[in-house]
Formats: sequence, structure tokens, C-alpha cells
Amino acid sequence: MADYEIPKLTGLGYVEVPALEPDSMAGKGPYVAKPEFQKALHFPADFDKGVSEGYELVPDWKNRALEKLDDLRHRYRSLQLYLDICVKCGACTDKCHYFLGTKDPKNMPVARQDLLRKVYRRYFTFAGKYFPKLVGAVDLTEAVVEEWYNYYHQCSQCRRCSVFCPYGIDTAEVSMAGREILDHIGRGSKYNNEIISKVFKIGNNLGLPGLALADTLEGLEEDIEEDTGIKVRLPLDEVGAEVLLVTPSADFFAEPHVDGLIGYAKVFHEAGISWTLSSYASEGANFGLFIGSYENMRRIALRIREAAIQLKVKRIVFGECGHAWRVAYSFLNTLAGPFDFLDPKYPVPQHILEVTWGLIQDGKLVLDKTANDDKVLTFHDSCNVARGSRMGDKPGGQFEYPRNVIKAVCNHFVDMPADTIHDATFCCGGGGGLLTDDLMELRIKGAQPRMEALKYVTDTQGVTHMAAICAICKSQFTKVIPYYGFKMDQIVSVHQLVSNALVLQRQVSVQARPEDENEDR
Amino acid sequence: MTFVSVFYGWLFYFATFILIGGVARKVYQYWKIPAPLKIPTTPAPLTKRGVVGRLLREVLLFESLFRANKTIWLFAFLFHMALWLVLLRHSRYVVETGIFLNFIQPFGKYASFVMVFGLAGLWVRRIVVDRVRYISSPSDHLMLALLLGIALSGMLMTFVVPTDIVQVKAFFRGLLFFNWHNLPAAPILLVHLFLVAILMLVFPVSKLLHAPGIFFSPTRNQVDNPREKRHIAPWALELEKQNKLYLDEVRRG
Ligand code: HEM
Ligand code: SF4
Ligand code: SF4
Repeated sequence: MADYEIPKLTGLGYVEVPALEPDSMAGKGPYVAKPEFQKALHFPADFDKGVSEGYELVPDWKNRALEKLDDLRHRYRSLQLYLDICVKCGACTDKCHYFLGTKDPKNMPVARQDLLRKVYRRYFTFAGKYFPKLVGAVDLTEAVVEEWYNYYHQCSQCRRCSVFCPYGIDTAEVSMAGREILDHIGRGSKYNNEIISKVFKIGNNLGLPGLALADTLEGLEEDIEEDTGIKVRLPLDEVGAEVLLVTPSADFFAEPHVDGLIGYAKVFHEAGISWTLSSYASEGANFGLFIGSYENMRRIALRIREAAIQLKVKRIVFGECGHAWRVAYSFLNTLAGPFDFLDPKYPVPQHILEVTWGLIQDGKLVLDKTANDDKVLTFHDSCNVARGSRMGDKPGGQFEYPRNVIKAVCNHFVDMPADTIHDATFCCGGGGGLLTDDLMELRIKGAQPRMEALKYVTDTQGVTHMAAICAICKSQFTKVIPYYGFKMDQIVSVHQLVSNALVLQRQVSVQARPEDENEDR
Repeated sequence: MTFVSVFYGWLFYFATFILIGGVARKVYQYWKIPAPLKIPTTPAPLTKRGVVGRLLREVLLFESLFRANKTIWLFAFLFHMALWLVLLRHSRYVVETGIFLNFIQPFGKYASFVMVFGLAGLWVRRIVVDRVRYISSPSDHLMLALLLGIALSGMLMTFVVPTDIVQVKAFFRGLLFFNWHNLPAAPILLVHLFLVAILMLVFPVSKLLHAPGIFFSPTRNQVDNPREKRHIAPWALELEKQNKLYLDEVRRG
């Protein structure tokens, strides 16, 4: 296997704060995006392959980097303020899963900020210009750029550090700015930028064209019918449906995501809510967030607005995805609003769990909890949902809604230790645009705090499955938990559990095709 | 007028000018720069009133720090609360004392011990804990040294070699009303005041900006209502108005 050690779980439920191992994660960072992808995202593309492996920086990169930093600090108060006010108290130093898992001091949130702060100080502050040694200010060199690229791609922008900082300093804001600067000097990450260009070209992260999508959905309809005897629809591009469902494209085929999609379909079917997916906006994820690019994030979000207008829907609902829900809940109205053309009775947008929990409370769903009796469940709060969004109309609804739904469809549920759930939740280790094979070591080590918590409830309370509501969490966990001695299929979608328990009463879909109705039933 | 008095007089005018002007400039900057997106760390308050409560808990109780680390919290809390008491007590050198100021005098007097204890704890931690040592620059140590220097020189005057405080008050009120008086030329007093002037001078160019800064932190001061109320920054609105996707396509003017 790989040339690094897989952390051993202690069974204590937490990772002991490690002694520092400087530069244990030093390196070149993830693969660099080619000029053509930079161009697709409207970033500078005037750079080429270098003499050795890898790409050069753009000409005059130093001035262009500093110009971008100056531009950003005048457009984002968070950046300007957070670069100024950190007191180096150290409260955040042991809060990052990547630090706990890798022991590299540059993965301590404040040290990650310092990589940018030391350059900011050198060029833009009195103290750094005249007394650089005193305040730890340094010149911008290629080595610094390399460090930015490496360590700003070891931050999943999960914001756990911001919960504990006395001023709420959010390292995600700094690492997003870092990536935005890098994107302007020829250091975009291949993984993120290729994906975004696929959304612009085809409509989703996977590059799944409309026809293939239609095929997939039809296949799923057949599967459900085989299973239940009922023709549950998964409609695509149906003009006039009430709901536009926007969901991460992983839901269309990956396990266990697709079982969640089947769950949403059954819920809409049973409630008699007509709905549709869009082939134009067939992606809930918005990687524009990860690269800190307001413009690209907005460009992706606008597709959803256009699809909603074209399909003449009344509501927009998002499927299970963490950062997608943050962008949807917190930013969609900003980026692509106002949504005054939708039904004002419903918040825009809604989370599928808000829909499902509402229906359960109204007694609209017949549920057989015993269908999930083979499992003892726990729930992983996704970082972006927990710390960057809400569900329902009370603070903290984002913790209650998924748990309420799980408890309504399962008999056995337990929570993991308190300092690993709710707003203290640990990232899965693959968020923030890091879900790529070239960062496997980081992903495995970053998952350690969550794995410790899971191991603890497995040993003490017999937990067999962990439910999640995020496409990235699900993909990351199914990939890394085998390294920790668990099995891939221990990760489930929340709507997969709903799907198992839901006893369909409605025989004919409100969106039944004419040819379906002709069949005698 | 003695030379020392004139020197300290101008020094304090200058330091006051830098402190007020520098902090005002920074606050204006924080005020002006937009927060383009809603980024409160959730769960967050749903109303303005709730946000005021959240900020008060952060400023008065250091709520987040308490969750993060009880040791830092203890030292930080003791230091800051003692600092406020000491500052309040010092206002008697500028304004006339009333019932309130008389009442807090003894507390302010002994708060200095608490302040020194807190500062010493923070400094020990900065040296002993490898993570905090790693993130410290010389300026972080010097800041603690400066505050300790101020506190210890102050305590020397309060408890060991008393200074003529009536004359000190006359000096500062003289500065305020442009009617200068002499400053007693006691060495400890001069050291104390010199260090205070340095603190005032570095305030607007150092991490001490955390004091005004905390009120502007978007993760703490934003209301959680993005679905109900559209939030948009002027520069982002410009993209919308001109129907452009990228900022460099936007015509400025
Ligand atoms: C709104 C007012 C203020 C608030 C809410 C506040 C809050 C805090 C907090 C939470 C910390 C982190 C914990 C620590 O390391 O002590 C801190 C650190 C610090 N504060 Fe304040 N503070 C305020 C005003 C001031 C003022 C007026 C000064 C000095 C004149 C000051 C000096 C310091 C110093 C030097 C540190 C760093 C201590 C260290 O090196 O560990 N603070 N402050
Ligand atoms: S945002 Fe998350 S990943 Fe990034 S430094 Fe903070 S805790 Fe670590
Ligand atoms: S907790 Fe906040 S103020 Fe303290 S070191 Fe970390 S980022 Fe800086």
C-alpha cells in the first residue's frame, strides 16, 4: 500500500492532541489545472508547462498575486479583518481534523492563516513593512506560493476552527482567498476546476449528458417498480411540475447516494407532489465555493434560477449535500435571487429533509420502522450543514431535522460523543474540494477524528451504520473507512432509511405517463 | 516647565492622536468593506437583538473561548476584566471622581494583581505549549512584556514608592485643557507613562485591533436570515445590473 502509516484507532472516542511534527505534510499539493480549464473559469491562462514536470507560474506572478490579495481584502471584510485581528491565543490550534490527523503544525488553523498573513503584513501593514522580523512578515517568493498551494489544499473549509475562535476567525475565508489568488497566477487545482468547467459545459460535475441522465432515471423507475410494484416517477425536465429538485449528481448512480434519490422520489410520490429534475441544472454541488470565486459560484447558481424559470416550477428543493445546502440556504438568494416568481408560501430554497419532516409531522407518510431493525444508527453532521446553514425556523434545526427523520424511520439511534456532533462536528476529511485521489493520504488522516468517534459508539453501543446527508461525506467515507476496519456499506443516506421504511399507499403517481395509465391496475 | 514635562506632554498628544486617528481609520475601513455573503457560524441568532446578545456574550464572557479552552479562558478572562477595572480606576487622573469612581478604587487597586497573574499565565502558556510557541512571533512576546511592564511599574507606585498623584492629575488635566502643569520627575512614573504611550502608539498597527474588530466579525455579527432577506454587496450588485458574469467585464465609473 501507500508510503504512509494509516492511523491506529485508540477506542477512546477522540484523537489525543499530538506533538508537532513539522513538515510532515510538506509537498507539492494536488495536481495543477491546465491552462484550458483556467480559461473556462475566466482565470488567467498565460502559463505553460515548465521545463521539469508541472506548470510555470504566470509572468509577473508576484505583482499579480499581490494585486489580487489587495483586491480581495477590499471586497471581503472577513479577509481584511481576520488578517488583522488574530491575537495568536492558540484556542484554534487543536481544533482542525487535519492537524489532529497529520500532526503538521501548518495544519493548525492559525498557522494556515499565517501563511497568507505574513505576506499581507509584509506588503500592506506598517509593522510588516518596517519591522518584518518582529511580526513574522516575509517576502512573497515561489517557496511561499508552493506552501500556499499545498496547505490551502489541506483545509476542507469546514469552519470548525471558527466556532472556537474568540472572534470567529474563519480559516475557510482565508483558504478560499488563498485559492482565489492561486487561481490568478496559474495554480488552480485540477480536480476543482475541471469539475466546474464540466458544469458550465454539460450541467453537472460528472459530465453526465441529458440523454444518459434520462436513461439512468428510467432505470431507477424500473428498479422501484420491481421492488414495490408501483410506478414511482423520477421526472426530468417536466415543465409545470410544482418542485424543481436540485441534487448532487453523485445521487444519480453512486452507492449509497442513489438509494437516497430513490427515497426522495418515493416521498414526493406518496405526498402527491409533482416534481422534476432539470438536465440544465442537474447539479446541486457548487464548487465555486471551494475555490473562493464569487463569480464562478454565481455563474453555477444562476443555472438553477434559469431552470426554475424555464420549468415554471413553484418551489426549489435541494437533495442531500452539505456544501450545496450551504450555498443554497445561505447564498442562493444573494447569488441568483430574488425568487419572487416562486410560491411565497415556501422558503426558497427548501431542504428535502424539511419537506420530509413536514410530511411526517402531518402524518402524510406511512412508515414501518421495523424495516430498519437490522441497523443501529448514528448520524454524521456534515460541516457545511452544521455550521453554515439551518433547517426549519429555529436555530439548530439543522441538527434536529435529520435526527427527527431518522428516529421516525428507525428504532435504534444513538449519537456520537458530544464534542464530535452538532456544531462541533468533525469534517469527513474529504470536503472543500479535496475529494480527489491525489490527496488520499490527507483524506485518510483527516478522517481519523470521525473514525475514533464512530469506533467508540460501535464498541460501546453496537452501532452498525452511520447516516450522512452529504454527497462528499458519503463518497469520502465509503472510500476511507475500510482503512479503519469498517465496511463500505456501513454508510447510508438518510433518505435511504426513509425509503426502506416508507410503505407506499398511493398506487398511481400524480405524474403518471399516459401510457402508464392505460395499463390495467 | 521642565523639559521632561514638555517631552511627555507632546508624547501624549502624539500618542492620543495616533491611537484615536489610527483606530478610527481602521474602524472606518471595517465599516466600509462589504461582507458579500452571509457567513454567520450557525446556529446563529435569527434577529438583530439576538446578535447583540451573542456579541455581548463574546465580549463580556468570552463564550467561544470558554468552549475552546478552559485554561486560556481563565487567564484571558482574569487579565481582561482586571484591565477594565484598572482602566476605570485610572480615569480619576483625567475626570473628577464621583461616587462610582470612589467605590471602585480599592477593586481597581487590587485588580492589578489579578492582571499580572493573568498576563503571566498567558505568557507561560505561550512559552510552554509547543503549539502556541510555534505560532508566536517576537511581537507576541513583546506585547505581553509591555503590558506586564506597565502593570508592574504601576504597582510599584501604588504599593512601594508612592508618587505625587495630585501633581500627575494636574499634568493630565492640563494637557486636556491646554493649561500645562509640571509632571513629577519620578523615574518609575516616567517609565510607566512611557510604556503606556508605546501601547497607545502600537494599538492601531497591531493585534490589539481585536478589541474594535470583534464587533465587525461577520461570523459573529450577522443575522441568520438569508432566505427571508436578500443580502447583496454593492460590487456584486454591479454584476447583476450590467448583466455580466465576471468583475473584469464590469464597467467602472
Ligand atoms: C472589546 C474588548 C476586548 C475583548 C472582547 C478582548 C478579548 C480578547 C480575547 C478573547 C483574547 C484571547 C485570549 C487571550 O489570549 O488572552 C484576547 C487577547 C489579548 N488581548 Fe484582548 N480583548 C479586548 C480588549 C483588549 C485591550 C483594550 C487590550 C490591551 C490594551 C487587550 C490586550 C490583549 C492582549 C495583549 C491579548 C493577547 C494575550 C496573549 O498574548 O495571549 N485586549 N483579547
Ligand atoms: S476550516 Fe476546517 S479544515 Fe480548515 S483550518 Fe479550520 S478546522 Fe481545519
Ligand atoms: S483562536 Fe482565533 S485569535 Fe486565537 S489563534 Fe486561532 S485564529 Fe487566532
